[in-house]
Amino acid sequence: MSDEPNRGLQSPLRRKLLMGAAALPLVSILPRPSFGAGPATATVNTTGLAVTDTEVTVGILHSATGTMAISETGSIQAEKLAIEQINAAGGVLGRKIKFIQEDGASDWPTFAEKAKKLLVNDKVAAIMGCWTSASRKAVLPVMEQYNGMLYYPTFYEGLEQSKNVIYTGQEATQQILAGLNWIAKEKGAKSFFFIGSDYIWPRTSNKIARKHVENVLKGKVVGEEYYALGSTQFNSVINKIKLTKPDVIFTDVVGGSNVAFYKQLKAAGVDLSKQALLTISVTEDEIDGIGGENIAGAYACMKYFQSLDNANNKTFVPAFKKLWGEKTVIGDVTQAAYLGPWLWKLTVEKAGSFDIDKIAAASAGVEFKDAPEGYVRIHQNHHLWSKTRVGRAKLDGQFELIFETADLIEPDPFPKGYQ
Amino acid sequence: MFGDYSIGDLGSIFVMQGFAGLILFSVYVLMALGLAIIFGQMGVINMAHGEFMILGAYVTWMTSNAFQHYLPSLFSGYFFLAMLLAFLVSGALGMLVEWVLIRHLYKRPLDTLLATWGLSLILQQTYRSVFGAREVGVELPQWMLGSLKVTDSIEVPINGVFVMGLTVLITVVVSYVLYKSRWGRQVRAVVQNRIMAGAVGINTEKVDRYTFGLGCGIAGVAGSAFTMIGSTGPTSGQLYIVDTFLVVVFGGAASLLGTIASAFSISQTQSTLEFFTSGSMAKVLTLLAVVGILMLRPQGLFALKVRK
Repeated sequence: MSDEPNRGLQSPLRRKLLMGAAALPLVSILPRPSFGAGPATATVNTTGLAVTDTEVTVGILHSATGTMAISETGSIQAEKLAIEQINAAGGVLGRKIKFIQEDGASDWPTFAEKAKKLLVNDKVAAIMGCWTSASRKAVLPVMEQYNGMLYYPTFYEGLEQSKNVIYTGQEATQQILAGLNWIAKEKGAKSFFFIGSDYIWPRTSNKIARKHVENVLKGKVVGEEYYALGSTQFNSVINKIKLTKPDVIFTDVVGGSNVAFYKQLKAAGVDLSKQALLTISVTEDEIDGIGGENIAGAYACMKYFQSLDNANNKTFVPAFKKLWGEKTVIGDVTQAAYLGPWLWKLTVEKAGSFDIDKIAAASAGVEFKDAPEGYVRIHQNHHLWSKTRVGRAKLDGQFELIFETADLIEPDPFPKGYQ
Repeated sequence: MFGDYSIGDLGSIFVMQGFAGLILFSVYVLMALGLAIIFGQMGVINMAHGEFMILGAYVTWMTSNAFQHYLPSLFSGYFFLAMLLAFLVSGALGMLVEWVLIRHLYKRPLDTLLATWGLSLILQQTYRSVFGAREVGVELPQWMLGSLKVTDSIEVPINGVFVMGLTVLITVVVSYVLYKSRWGRQVRAVVQNRIMAGAVGINTEKVDRYTFGLGCGIAGVAGSAFTMIGSTGPTSGQLYIVDTFLVVVFGGAASLLGTIASAFSISQTQSTLEFFTSGSMAKVLTLLAVVGILMLRPQGLFALKVRK
């Protein structure tokens, strides 16, 4: 009993010290912008979102555990970096961004459940999240029912458009067509061998690629093969490739299969400096696992490479590495995830409101000039105008930029003649 | 599909395809051996088998890093040491797991399924926390990459030859240990009648622990070897577990010969079908065939003749 008052004094003091210690790194790195100078909450938030005079809450919804954590970790890191930078620059409408991170655990029903939790319980003003198409499809009805706003970072198969989603990655035609045109012109390629993992994205992408090869490039698809997700044995299909001798191997194999495929391709004596290979699924992230020596010489077709030589990217890459470690690499999707918070901030400021309906309406035409990939603009259909680039994998796991389209390519999620 | 090719071309493709089948066969045997010992000899359904393999892969990765840092001159030989370490580390973890978890469940074999499944989740998350969620790339010495040119048109992957050699070696050692050595006799005695084995003076607990450790150790070596052909990440073990169980169950659980025969028939069917149809179709047809045969022979291809 006698030392009760003593303890009463100690405990809050200790807590304060701990709080101070926890805040120290942030305080010391960031200049402290003052929050709370923005327009009144009642005018910018008429639908009861989690917005106060000084703070606004957003959700981050990715898989931090389970099989997709391999890919989604980079997206989480990019989104946190963007939020930190926005806060350092004064926040959104004078409010500091606070985030609630939920784990989709690589399980699609969990994604839907967590999205509902973020929208209904936490009333978040926007969600940065999802990675696979399956998780997006699971979350989409929730976003539409509870009127949320999702910023989705992955390149995907298209055939979708929603008021409640902004797609910051490329849809399939945007990503694929320019790459095929380039390789047909540059390498005189006429025959193509498609190999992909067996699910919706590779199948839809290859369907689009096949139409383009056959109808536009007047070439021939000499093989089209799919392997179950997670498959690790590719020797038979590699023999088939050797037999058909295609000008180009076009691949959209994903995940662990990727590693097996390139290792076995190399072991089978296929020399990627002589045999052209165009992939739409291997970013710098995947090369980490594949090993640069197994894939050097392959071409990848997407919108961003870590090695891009422009002023925005030169500030983005060091900032990312400073926060997440010198050894981390930045792939296409990671960059697209970085765009999410920024596009949301710009849209909110354009609309002068956090209301979902007003953001959805104001999105079209929002441009982000500091994007690491260069410059992007949101299209009427909620996808981004962006350039498509072809890079060549090097031994050190980076890509060397070989080609980029002269203009931004219009997103076309429902391509006519390709379905 | 073969109209446009010369006989020579076709011949070499068939040779290479036959070789692809043999490689697949070795891979299946290698990944199933450890499980065949644990499941076949002890009746434990080890769902964490894949995670023991990946432990071996991570050990290989760490060894490779250590050699690059401290002994770059010996890098070309590190793989042999890595496999040995993988065996020891996975085997030691296996013995620990047997002592903590499995030995309490020998009377409830179905519960081992749940317990080891839980163990596999714990191990996956441990790998993720320790090594990171991203896949790691295991760097191999130069001589293990690429292919051997047998003739102008026939090329054989070196890592495939390596896996085949390793499989033969391990199979020979394991069958010697199980069928010729004194310890192997004890293992089989415990399997057939635990109480009687105990009564004649066999330390059944010790036999169980070493058997489980041996199975896990072999899984570790398999995982180490598979860094040459597959990925190394926290959940990569899941890629192997289905095929592994398929091979062991199809072969008849208690028989080493059955495991080998089953690995051979599944791999040859699969790789032939993959060549003539497509990847997903081959999988469907192979699984259908396995299901059909198991309906006719529920005990698998080879079963021990035991008086019930």
